[in-house]
Amino acid sequence: MENERKLTIARAMAEAVAQEMRVDPSVFVMGEDIAELGGVYGNTRGLLDEFGKDRIRDTPISETAFIGAAVGAAQDGMRPVVELMFVDFFGVCFDAIYNLMAKNIYFSGGNFKVPMVLMTSTGGGYSDGGQHSQCVYGTFAHLPGMKVVCPSNAYDAKGLMTAAIRDDSPVIYMFHKGLQGMGWLGTEPGANVHVPEEAYEVEIGKAAIVREGGDVTIVSLAQGVHHALKAAKTLEADGISAEVVDLRSLVPLDRETVLKSVAKTGRLIVVDEDYHSYGVTGEIIATVAEHDLAALKAPPRRIAFPDVPIPFARVMEQYCLPNPDKIVAAAREICPAGAPAA
Amino acid sequence: MAPSKETLGWMYRTMVTSRRYENAIEKIYLEGKTPVFNMARGPIPGEMHLSNGQEPVAVGVCAHLKPEDIVTATHRPHHQAIAKGVDLDRMTAEIFGKATGLSGGRGGHMHLFDADVNFACSGIIAQGMGPAVGGALSRKMQGKPGVAVAFIGESAANQGAFHEAMNLAAVWKLPMICVIEDNAWGISVAKRTSTSVEHNHVRAASYGIPGHYVSGNDPWKIYEVAGEAIARARAGEGPTLIEAETYRLAGHFMGDTEGYRPKGEKQALFERDPIPAMRKRLEAEGTFTAAELDGLEAEAAAAVDAAIRFARESADPKPEDALTAVFA
Repeated sequence: MENERKLTIARAMAEAVAQEMRVDPSVFVMGEDIAELGGVYGNTRGLLDEFGKDRIRDTPISETAFIGAAVGAAQDGMRPVVELMFVDFFGVCFDAIYNLMAKNIYFSGGNFKVPMVLMTSTGGGYSDGGQHSQCVYGTFAHLPGMKVVCPSNAYDAKGLMTAAIRDDSPVIYMFHKGLQGMGWLGTEPGANVHVPEEAYEVEIGKAAIVREGGDVTIVSLAQGVHHALKAAKTLEADGISAEVVDLRSLVPLDRETVLKSVAKTGRLIVVDEDYHSYGVTGEIIATVAEHDLAALKAPPRRIAFPDVPIPFARVMEQYCLPNPDKIVAAAREICPAGAPAA
Repeated sequence: MAPSKETLGWMYRTMVTSRRYENAIEKIYLEGKTPVFNMARGPIPGEMHLSNGQEPVAVGVCAHLKPEDIVTATHRPHHQAIAKGVDLDRMTAEIFGKATGLSGGRGGHMHLFDADVNFACSGIIAQGMGPAVGGALSRKMQGKPGVAVAFIGESAANQGAFHEAMNLAAVWKLPMICVIEDNAWGISVAKRTSTSVEHNHVRAASYGIPGHYVSGNDPWKIYEVAGEAIARARAGEGPTLIEAETYRLAGHFMGDTEGYRPKGEKQALFERDPIPAMRKRLEAEGTFTAAELDGLEAEAAAAVDAAIRFARESADPKPEDALTAVFA
């Protein structure tokens, strides 16, 4: 539709937070550079003007303290939304995240709630070096007690943020820098989609089929979804029909949607910008293998970041990153040449 | 401000309850663990950190707290939990890993959570600092009454979390009090070999907040200093750092042979045991008669006995309940 309102993920996130803050006084935001600056990725822009310094709080560079404080505030009836500027920074504050935030509901036998959102940026591709480019999706998804979401477009970004704020459990909200719609980080036009003005939720733990196909299932998340959609377009010309599954959430993981798709196509490629081993790609393939090995007509393939720190040099980083060409090549290897479209 | 007779009675009874509790736990902990010590065996498996000797700090501070006030405690939490009014029966059942425990056996002795009195503790050094700051922030933002107290040991003052949290509490002027129980030992490492300052309260200067030192493991003095700090926090004047000298009369954990202690140190500490000292002073000053103090001790003993009985008689959790309560 021509009159559709399209938003960037950054604006969709800010809109979701603002709408929840208007109706729920317990929601507040804290993090580094999220007030005056509006967040280095723009996802808190405009909030300070509307809500003021008390509810939109710039913090010192003290991730252990302010994430730990978010846990304490959440346990006391508040709903903090906190930002860890780069997910790479989890190394200085992971105790507060996985030993407190993720465990206090369980340790309390459900008597304490920890309704907080930890939003954090992921992803590289712009030569920011190996401490500002990681995804570490698998690291967070591996440890129990945290829900993990990773939107690929603005519609999901808003709905998942709304659902995350309303959730009584902690949610790690991982947004990919390359999808934010910030010009200086490159822009993926496919991420800017129609976003309804009213508040709505996208259910945490539900994947989406973003393209239907019959020959091969490509499972991905965040920026990988856009690579997969581009690859699917190329493959169509080859007569290979690709179905693309956007996981949207890693915890809980929508195994059903993946299994159903693979049952239909019989072939599986998993695309993940996180490191190759012990991660999302392995988990998805294991899910299919455990359920019904016979569903696979060909060995599954994974396209992920090699098990090396992220290099700086453009040619080296681009060599390592997933891209549509790598997906096309993998699909051609496992799909019979010229297979008719489903 | 001196404690009233009623408060002193509560403080003494609570200290005795805590000590008797630890003595009972110590005995039961060793069931099944002799002649060969095996931490996994007996009615109370796992690590056990007893608080014998550290009771004055807990009661001197908690005497000023109400159920609505927030406490975060440490891996050595029993005295603090008892002083904060955590349900003793359910706390004991949790320590035994029973279905009736505070969290149905999911936490254990280092992870006691009682929402009714806003008490939580955790097993990693200085970990409660951030949540205490957050609890205080929550009260300030909501305009709700209540302060947050983070109890930590002296070794926690060398953790990054301590410094980050104190700075944050100070810069946001939050109703938070950090209480350092200085028992002079970080497991086997003496404070003087790990800490760049003789007294941690001087570190308050680096956050621009008041810092106080309380010597002698003295419940009266702790009561007085804590009272000022808590009143200050309630009045919106911001955080305070309190360092209180205390004595660890037990090992770091049960099974600790304490070979690192200088010869004679333990004996000297036992001679300064704060519980007989408090009883002596209460009698000498005529605050309580010997018979009244006997009565308080009997009440303490009855509460401990009842809690131990409750825990022993409670059922184990269903194994498969391990898979529940991960999310709210």
